[in-house]
Amino acid sequence: MTLVGWIQIALYCLVLLLLTKPMGVYMTRVMEGEKTLLEPMLKPLERLIYKLSGVKPEEEMHWSTYAYALLAFSLVGALFTYAILRLQGVLPLNPMGFSTAAAPSYATAMTPDLAFNTAMSFTTNTNWQSYSGENTLSYLSQMLGLAYHNWVSAAVGMAACLALIRGFARRSAKTVGNFWQDLVRSLLYIFFPIMFAYSLFLVSQGVVQNFSPYTVASTIEGEKQIIPQGPVGSQEAIKMLGINGGGFFNANSAHPFENPTPFSNFVEMLSIFILPAGLTYVFGKMVKDTRQGWALLSTMYVLFIIGIIICYCSESFGNPNISAQNVETSTKILGDLGGNMEGKEVRFGLANSALFATITSAASCGAVNCMHDSLTPLGGLVPLLNIQLGEIVFGGVGSGLYGMLIFAILTVFIAGLMVGRTPEYVGKKIEQKDVKMAMLFVLAGSFSILVFTALGGVCELPAKCPLNSPGATYNNVNNAGPHGFSEILYCFSSCTGNNGSAFAGLTCNTPFYNLTSGLAMLIGRFLMMIPALALAGSLVQKKYVPPSRGTFPTHTWLFVGLLISVILIVGALTFFPALTLGPIVEHFIMHTLKVF
Amino acid sequence: MLKQILPAIRATIVLAVLIGLIFPVVITVITQFVFPKQANGSLIRNKEGQVIGSELIGQKFTKSKYFQPRPSAAGSGYVGEFSAGTNLGPTSSKLINGKLDDPTTKDIDESFVGIKQLAQIYANENLLSKSEKPPVDAVTYSGSGLDPHISETNALFQARRIGKVRNLPLKTITTLIRTHTEDRQFGIFGEPRVNVLKLNLALEELSNERKN
Repeated sequence: MTLVGWIQIALYCLVLLLLTKPMGVYMTRVMEGEKTLLEPMLKPLERLIYKLSGVKPEEEMHWSTYAYALLAFSLVGALFTYAILRLQGVLPLNPMGFSTAAAPSYATAMTPDLAFNTAMSFTTNTNWQSYSGENTLSYLSQMLGLAYHNWVSAAVGMAACLALIRGFARRSAKTVGNFWQDLVRSLLYIFFPIMFAYSLFLVSQGVVQNFSPYTVASTIEGEKQIIPQGPVGSQEAIKMLGINGGGFFNANSAHPFENPTPFSNFVEMLSIFILPAGLTYVFGKMVKDTRQGWALLSTMYVLFIIGIIICYCSESFGNPNISAQNVETSTKILGDLGGNMEGKEVRFGLANSALFATITSAASCGAVNCMHDSLTPLGGLVPLLNIQLGEIVFGGVGSGLYGMLIFAILTVFIAGLMVGRTPEYVGKKIEQKDVKMAMLFVLAGSFSILVFTALGGVCELPAKCPLNSPGATYNNVNNAGPHGFSEILYCFSSCTGNNGSAFAGLTCNTPFYNLTSGLAMLIGRFLMMIPALALAGSLVQKKYVPPSRGTFPTHTWLFVGLLISVILIVGALTFFPALTLGPIVEHFIMHTLKVF
Repeated sequence: MLKQILPAIRATIVLAVLIGLIFPVVITVITQFVFPKQANGSLIRNKEGQVIGSELIGQKFTKSKYFQPRPSAAGSGYVGEFSAGTNLGPTSSKLINGKLDDPTTKDIDESFVGIKQLAQIYANENLLSKSEKPPVDAVTYSGSGLDPHISETNALFQARRIGKVRNLPLKTITTLIRTHTEDRQFGIFGEPRVNVLKLNLALEELSNERKN
């Protein structure tokens, strides 16, 4: 740990806090359909999109219609991407000839199960990488198949979240908004302007942006080195802003062409949290009590700061197995280039790697600038637990806030039980159906993570089985001992949480893992989004209940504390046994200098 | 749901063209004009105009007259089309003790140099005394396998070897390292670091000047 490391972390927290309100004010204007500066420029385009798509944006939707539209749009998008991936060999913009007879020797095949997994991964905003971009995907697949979803899956999340916010904000109503309008307006007015400036910024730092074939360099020592190229800048920007995380290259944001400088790294980290932070303000503004939004933001900040402290300290302390090899690891001597540098880049060092790992997992991003598989046990526990808590600490675009709102509902419900009153949240009575939907949301996620992990841990398939070439599904791990179990647990946590980061040693590009993790992504996305929409539909019909003396105020630190406890207790009760078998036991084993 | 399918198909096509084609093409056109160097990979060319590498992508150096980059897990080391880390965890025996090639599988090379061996090699090559220990970045594999940088400490430890091989005074080399150490960006972001490829190019130039 170094002072300058802590200053960088503090600066990050401060800049984010300062950006929250302006971002929230602007997003609220867009979502309420008010005039913004960009209106004259983008309004004709907005109208044109509605016209070409044949939708009527002014038509208000019942929650179920809203959900149908959302599902239909996601389904079409998934099929669209599957088709592009499978057909990339005959489609244009494929200078390296992937999936054709002219493919280079290092190319990996785009098999049906890999295409299914990738299509699910991007439709659900997960961006799990079973593929390895630079040796599998054509530029067209990257732009049209993957980056397209980076935009729209984020906008879909935002739309679902807006529907839930309207559930709280509207009184005695029947409808929760129009899906198409929410989708298009967030794309045009929120994503487009940021994306434009952001893409240019990234290229200025050194991210590549071209359609050329890969460059072959003759190195100083006279060898050949292939330097990959592609339209990376425009894709990198939406990968972060849309909290997607699917890398253009295999090494993701650790790759110098995705994240070339420490400053590009800082901005990439900011862009992960900026929209979910803004959304907390949107919530406060729309329910006409901004203190409610700030309370949720405070909750997120507290959990986030606990995470980063643990991760940074643990990485700085490093791995005693490495120091025992007569290697200098002390951060007192080497600063932030000491500690555990395995899987980390020199330009980022410990502070920025730990910060990035905490952010990417607290949000549902999944981009990585260091290899999570090589983090110390406790350093790796932080991202793992962040994901398992449901990625509500900022979380995905929209999905983070609706997750947090659901925990807020559970909290007032539990508080209500303690005093024997019907719970209320921002003026809406929380009744039986609402709590059922909230619980469905929580259970769907835990069920998928734990059941699939158990399956991955014990499936005894015969060797050379077509479903899984290494045979038994636990043979796919890259590390023996408890760390191997952590790899499987992280895989299904990440997929269910629609995160996409990985303990990437796991060999996941086999039909067994491609299919099970694809399924986990679907559960994690839609079995959590639909209860949220149903909740919106139920809440929107309710009358407004003005706060009385018996109302539990939900903008105080007491509520924040209670909310944090509920989140941690639900998370701990569900996942503590599994975490004990993985990172926790590994931590103690590591300190005995035992290796597997 | 069926009623929503048709608009979903139409919206997908419209948005895909806008976001998936027009947007990246527009950004490419603009950046090719505004930032042509960066947009094309920050390539470094020799006097004949041939590409010898990229400022941002690490390169393999094996000869002892060059500064050595960090260990790399990208293919056989700094292979551009296989960016990757080791993905070995903190209690991995392979990471610490390494692994030998399995003679039964002839097509695949399983050999892996562990941290223990890397530290010994580093200490021997760079003539470290008993009290000096290799800095951790010199014996750990980077995240991308293409890390272009090493720490200043690492570069300074290598100076003695370079001086001996190239017959250059130690002071000249340490000055060269100091002038090639990039500070934190804007004085605050990231870590101080040395770009290995740029440093080696400067070193070559220095040696050539001396010869003339």
